[in-house]
Amino acid sequence: MSALKDKVASVMEEPACAKNQGKDGKERKKGCGKALTPGAAAGGCAFDGAKISLQPITDVAHLVHGPIACEGNSWDNRNTPSSGPSLFRTGFTTDMGELDVIYGGEKKLFRAIREVIEKYDPPAVFVYQTCVPAMIGDDIEAVCKAAREKFGKPVIPVNIPGFVGSKNLGAKLAGEALLDYVIGTVEPETTTPYDIAVIAEYNVAGDFWAVKPLLDALGIRVLANISGDARYNDIACAHRARAAMMVCSKAMINVARKLEERYAIPYFEGSFYGISDTSEALRQIAKLLVNKGAPEELLVRTEALIAREEARVWAQIEPYRVALKGKKVLLFTGGVKSWSVVSALQEAGMEVVGTSMRKSTQEDRERVIEIMGTDAHMFDELPPREMYRMLKASEADIMLSGPRSQFVALKAKTPWLDVNQERHHAYAGYAGFVTLVQEIHKSISNPVWEQVKRPAPWERDGKDEGIRMKDEENRPQDAAPHPSSLILHP
Amino acid sequence: MATLTPHKKACTVNPLKMSAPIGAALAYLGVDRAMPVLHGSQGCTAFGLVVYVRHFKETIPLQTTAMNEVSTILGGLENIEQAVDNIYKRAKPALLGLASTGLTETKGDDVAGYLKLMRDKHPEWEGMEVVYASTPDYVGSLETGWAAAVAAMVERLADPSSERLPTQVNILANCHLTPGDIEEIRDIVESFNLQPIILPDLSGSLDGHIPETFVPHTLGGTKVEEIRAMGRSCHTLVIGESMGGAAEALKAKTGVDYTLFDRLTGLEASDAFIQRLMDLTGHPATRKLKKQRSQLQDAMLDGHFYFGGVKAAIGAEPDLLYALGSFLTEMGAEIEAAVTTVESPVLEKLIAKELLVGDLEDLEQRAAHCGLLVTHSHGRQAAERLGIPFHRAGIPLFDRLGAAHQVTVGYRGTKELVFELGNLLWSNAHEPHPDDWRLDHENTQTIARH
Repeated sequence: MSALKDKVASVMEEPACAKNQGKDGKERKKGCGKALTPGAAAGGCAFDGAKISLQPITDVAHLVHGPIACEGNSWDNRNTPSSGPSLFRTGFTTDMGELDVIYGGEKKLFRAIREVIEKYDPPAVFVYQTCVPAMIGDDIEAVCKAAREKFGKPVIPVNIPGFVGSKNLGAKLAGEALLDYVIGTVEPETTTPYDIAVIAEYNVAGDFWAVKPLLDALGIRVLANISGDARYNDIACAHRARAAMMVCSKAMINVARKLEERYAIPYFEGSFYGISDTSEALRQIAKLLVNKGAPEELLVRTEALIAREEARVWAQIEPYRVALKGKKVLLFTGGVKSWSVVSALQEAGMEVVGTSMRKSTQEDRERVIEIMGTDAHMFDELPPREMYRMLKASEADIMLSGPRSQFVALKAKTPWLDVNQERHHAYAGYAGFVTLVQEIHKSISNPVWEQVKRPAPWERDGKDEGIRMKDEENRPQDAAPHPSSLILHP
Repeated sequence: MATLTPHKKACTVNPLKMSAPIGAALAYLGVDRAMPVLHGSQGCTAFGLVVYVRHFKETIPLQTTAMNEVSTILGGLENIEQAVDNIYKRAKPALLGLASTGLTETKGDDVAGYLKLMRDKHPEWEGMEVVYASTPDYVGSLETGWAAAVAAMVERLADPSSERLPTQVNILANCHLTPGDIEEIRDIVESFNLQPIILPDLSGSLDGHIPETFVPHTLGGTKVEEIRAMGRSCHTLVIGESMGGAAEALKAKTGVDYTLFDRLTGLEASDAFIQRLMDLTGHPATRKLKKQRSQLQDAMLDGHFYFGGVKAAIGAEPDLLYALGSFLTEMGAEIEAAVTTVESPVLEKLIAKELLVGDLEDLEQRAAHCGLLVTHSHGRQAAERLGIPFHRAGIPLFDRLGAAHQVTVGYRGTKELVFELGNLLWSNAHEPHPDDWRLDHENTQTIARH
């Protein structure tokens, strides 16, 4: 446990973290994990964060050591597609029972690793620690070491029991596992001056595939994408990249900084959401590669590509701009998307009436002010009740958020679009931006909103005889209180 | 009758099972103005929340005591107190349903003891019931967790009484009954002039209604006063073997006797239920029910062609496995493989070639030569690989609309199931091909030689 404690402390003190830059040494040591309020907390645990970050590695087996909850309740629930292997979508867990808790789960874990290797022969096994085995003292690092020696295959401990902290901390610790056990263990067959690594891009709904053709067109090779549609071997070679792009700034900043520190790979933080951010990201990649010795003509080619693609995307969204002009958007995401999506929406002529600053850094806040010209539309918290009120009062024409708040919007009969992990469309790059605009337009212009807002026949005289009243009328006189006062009986 | 093979593998591959605490949470969600809380790390709650949001396509109230490493080791008293107090202040639910997790059970928190201490300290919580169920993740499954929470609710809330209301009955519902199923059961029971108190009642809370305002707890479901009143009912109708413990708990507390129905899917099973209602009330079945039974008979006659001889592989929790497996057998299909999550006495009655506690890898291996695969949405990968007809049943159903409104109970629900499965099998039926009747090579040669 003490090794884990040190790891957590070192990640908390991450000097490249924008939040830490404003703190002195003592304050940094305190860590940045906000204490959660029991009974009023939201969000996943460290294990959740680590699993999200590594799961998109498609050809490895992800084995969760713990009782059924951790994997059984969550497996195969993210849409991060693969262009090849599908092993990552297979759920593996030791499904610890009562006896394992009493006698310890190390032997079962070892046998589980053996079964996975014998049946599926993956290039590597990632073993995730969870709370219960951590509590009883199962040493997954020792078991993984023994398995590595026994089976001659990388077996990587990801030591992130959920109770050490938040999802975000888990993502960072997952990054540490890659730095400690994977990156730098394999040499690429060839290298080119155009090799890059992309960090914390998970290929949600195929996002990265909407971007990769742009890089291909410039002859830029993605040596390793950490970790969308990745192969184990690619990540093991990541140390030979000439430059890196950090996509979701808070999730794996430690990986970016340590790649720079250990292997002199310069990085920048950027986003592929929206036209100008995509162009800016391409420029930055080209610039860093040229600084590291790639021919300067790359810059010229990059500008040519940007000019061509920007012209094309503006032409493609033009038909929608009239319909979307002035439409009010409520954005409820957080982190890097709090500003990157804002600028994208403004580019399409929409007005952002609010953006959530959950999980955002000071830098994110500054970006929002820069983009929107004011901090008036930033909010830290938006309780569902207030969100519902805003939407019901038509203070926004559409909400963009994740599935947790989806039904607040839908129940308020307001258009809603998923911009988080569970969505079905790629919104990255120029092509993805066109899709985003099309999806918003499709949602706002759907006649269903008008349909569902029509008053019921019994509401037309202005007197609301809703479902509740109807049911009261139907109730037999001598009956006990009806179990379902909201149901209208046919 | 099948013999149950226990789980042998060290590594579960493609889990069929989900954990007990989220089963308990779902049971609490069937109570009006309820707030379920998992006593564990925030992740335990977050995962459960996502499961139900995707399954029901509804906002799900579900909170956490947000235990971390230190609070776990020191004990969860403080976190529970803070959680209950915060929820009381913010949401004022009528019921706060607490369930433990693997984490806090491993530590050994005495939650029942904590709650007693807290009650004395917080007289202002009066009016908010707090119910606690022990549901370690490493024991049982979603089905057992649900049952434990229902038992905890009746033990804590049902008031003993010597009074018996002749028209009031209790219904203890298992976790596989959808809001649509519950509505169907209510309609049937009410047609005998009975007023049912259904616990839990997801048809009130998670049926997809559009409320007029936003509330932070459930809206609709069994009312706490109704649970209290269960002691005055004349009888309890128990749906599903898994609810036997809760039925016993209710009987012990209130003396109300019960009848257990191990399933309500199928003609014979529905007959048993109707028969009991007729006996209880002395009322005849309504014209509507009689008509529905006749329609079901007709559906079975029309449909049996497509089921006869079909080899089926089913993966489900014991109660659901028994209900669907028995139905398929009654329609002429053969259960080639039945995979379940935990042991249960109900499965002794299941007719299946092979029955085991296992996972979806076990099911996939045994389903290769089957003509029908039945399990929850996680079976989608196996179905795709095997290329066989796939019927989704159970929790979670995250890749289909209307999970809450699937009805498979009673005459009408069984008829719907005959049609749905019959159509699935029909659309995958083999079309004749000239090569179907080709004599095999060896035979042809043998005849040529003579």
